[in-house]
Amino acid sequence: MATQKIERADSIIPRKTGVAPGEGAEKGLITLPGEADREVEDLGGGTYLTTKLDSVVNWARGNSLWPLPFGTACCAIEFMSMVSSHYDISRFGAETVRFSPRQADLLIVAGTIVDKIAPVLKKIYDQMPEPKYVIAMGACATSGGFYRAYHVVQGIDEIIPVDIWVPGCPPTPDGLMYAILKLRDKIQRGEIKRA
Amino acid sequence: MSTLTKYSPIPYTGPTPTNRQTYVPAEAAKMDARGVEIAGKVPGLTQETGEDLPTFAVERGQIADVLRALHDHPELRFTMPLDLFGADYPNRERRFDVVYQLYSLQNNERVRLKVRVGEDESVPTSVGVYQGFDWYEREIFDMYGIRFDGHPNLRRILTHENFQGHPLRKDYDPAQRWLLTDGGITRIQPKIAPEFVQEEEESDFERVTLNLGPSHPAMHGTLRVVVTLDGETIVGAEQEIGYLHRCFEKMSETHTYQQVIPYTDRLNYCSAVINNVGYCMTVEKMLGLTAPERAQHVRLMLSEFYRISDHIICIGTNLVDLGALTNFWYLFQPREEIIALAESCSGARLLPSYLRIGGLAVDVPTDFLANAQKIVNMLPKFIDEVEALVMKNRIFRDRVEGVGVISQEDAINFGFTGPCLRATGVPFDVRKASPYLGYDTYDWDVPIADGGDTYARFLVRFEEMRQSLRILQQAIDRGLPPGPVMVDNPYVALPPKEKVYNEMESLIYHFKLIMHGIQPPVGETYFQVEGGNGEVGFYIVSDGTKNPYRVRARPPCFPIFEAYGKMITGQTIPDAIAALGSLNIIAGELDR
Repeated sequence: MATQKIERADSIIPRKTGVAPGEGAEKGLITLPGEADREVEDLGGGTYLTTKLDSVVNWARGNSLWPLPFGTACCAIEFMSMVSSHYDISRFGAETVRFSPRQADLLIVAGTIVDKIAPVLKKIYDQMPEPKYVIAMGACATSGGFYRAYHVVQGIDEIIPVDIWVPGCPPTPDGLMYAILKLRDKIQRGEIKRA
Repeated sequence: MSTLTKYSPIPYTGPTPTNRQTYVPAEAAKMDARGVEIAGKVPGLTQETGEDLPTFAVERGQIADVLRALHDHPELRFTMPLDLFGADYPNRERRFDVVYQLYSLQNNERVRLKVRVGEDESVPTSVGVYQGFDWYEREIFDMYGIRFDGHPNLRRILTHENFQGHPLRKDYDPAQRWLLTDGGITRIQPKIAPEFVQEEEESDFERVTLNLGPSHPAMHGTLRVVVTLDGETIVGAEQEIGYLHRCFEKMSETHTYQQVIPYTDRLNYCSAVINNVGYCMTVEKMLGLTAPERAQHVRLMLSEFYRISDHIICIGTNLVDLGALTNFWYLFQPREEIIALAESCSGARLLPSYLRIGGLAVDVPTDFLANAQKIVNMLPKFIDEVEALVMKNRIFRDRVEGVGVISQEDAINFGFTGPCLRATGVPFDVRKASPYLGYDTYDWDVPIADGGDTYARFLVRFEEMRQSLRILQQAIDRGLPPGPVMVDNPYVALPPKEKVYNEMESLIYHFKLIMHGIQPPVGETYFQVEGGNGEVGFYIVSDGTKNPYRVRARPPCFPIFEAYGKMITGQTIPDAIAALGSLNIIAGELDR
């Protein structure tokens, strides 16, 4: 899997001592993730917050994932449970389900991928614009599961790169939710960089 | 601090294991007598005795004529093709069996025909008699390599184009894969329906072929339809399946009988428990067992809960396809409660694998009935409100009435079962026709509707949920029968853990059962239950060893999706989308 840590470049603005998370809040500042990079400067008129562009962009990306459910089997039903009222993934900003790969940045492969549909999955993945992330939901997408058989892809990493694997057959909605939160953290830490 | 308790030996006095003995079904004598009667009416049938259905061998060349005679005979009227599948016995001179199973609505009886076929021999097609056998024959060709003479479109159906060999043959390695590259995706040119063939010159439009799926929001993930459009009208459609063919039948042959249960869960994953019931009861039928009353009661209750859940998913997603998203959010709320009930029993949510051959994995929690009552109390409100929201809605009615129509004759001829058949006015329900789990002791009705369109299917599903609630209320009122949830037979049920740890005899039974599995007697049997979208049947052949020799699951979706092309021809794409959702095609069961 092609993950690479982004090198942290020095800010062009001279650093002052960083502000601890609590202090900023007291001053009425908005709180952004990536406290280490953040600094507050008093440039005369008011209080400014500077950060790196990457941090802001990753913060935004991680909090508004647009999933494309590539749901083929049982896991798709649990995906439906996750987006519906009881579990409600919109609490984490990932409720904008798009069925067009051109409008999505998170591919959730929910269900068994068999040899016959493998080229389709590859094509869908290729059509998604960068940056794109992949969650392999459930045992089948991860490893073929208990279908060690003549027509089943033994894990979608045969075809496309995967960022998060979710165990379970099928995983519970909480499990999938946890995976989305994990992915969010991974994006916000700047650990995923492709193309 | 541990204490040692003394246990008496297992007080089991029943029959010893039945392995390598011949299976004699309980109803064999009755079926043989009936078989004699049928054989007297239709020429060309050679009776095979001692089976659970009237069974006949038929000469290869005569099969189409025999099927026609059985279909047309006024006293028999085997009008419904239930199943057609193969079996492979490599040591035999003619290695393949092609097995036809038919059903007569008139007499409420079933019949099984077998054609023995050699390696290089072919069978005349029976598409002319039963339209529904078109895809079944393609499946046999795909899985066994048996050719059908005169078949209109004999090509692979479940596996992909680059696949080599025939996977259900006994000499095929279960793990042998063949890769499909990007260029290998099947190009399909649908056949123009006969009523539109002449019109091409008169039309103002150039005909366009459009591909829908398999990755398409309305195609539910794994279905693919290629349509030819004349303007907006669909003049030809062909469906392609196999995008979720995950080798259930081959996998079953490599596992023990108990290990097959989780695979059956994943056939119709919207109503997993019903598949479990079907499979477990089939094996129990071979073993000559009946699950304890308490287990049967829980099986019935969970079946009905999962049937409601299945209908909720079908109605909810169908309404999403029609643009009514609210109902989906709304209906999934009570469904979560149903799932939570199953989770409280088994620990798993969607696919509980809660049943075992001989009973249940564990007993239900003490608050099972109380929770069930809560769900039964809350569900009617949700059903009523969703029904009120959509069923009198003008836009909704305009989109579903007269859409995706199938006539009663066609539905029967294709082999429809379940809500889709009942929406054409045929009151066939396995729970009434051949009751199991004591369904005949409950007071409930089979809802039917006229028209066979999408609206009728909605009507039937809404009413079926209410009837399921009726059954459930009666089941709750009766209370759970006391007693164990597993049969008292150490050759089927694992001894309790405390005994295994403390008694030599139990330890041996435990070891034997884990290592050698359940070993049903040699023979074959078929048993059917009413699934969420039709008759779910299992045909099992045992050779007396721990692994099933052949497991065939009858997929109710298979003939229904087969007829889909016919249903949407002459309509528009939005109609096709509205119709597809109402058919409740579950890919796991369709492709197995």
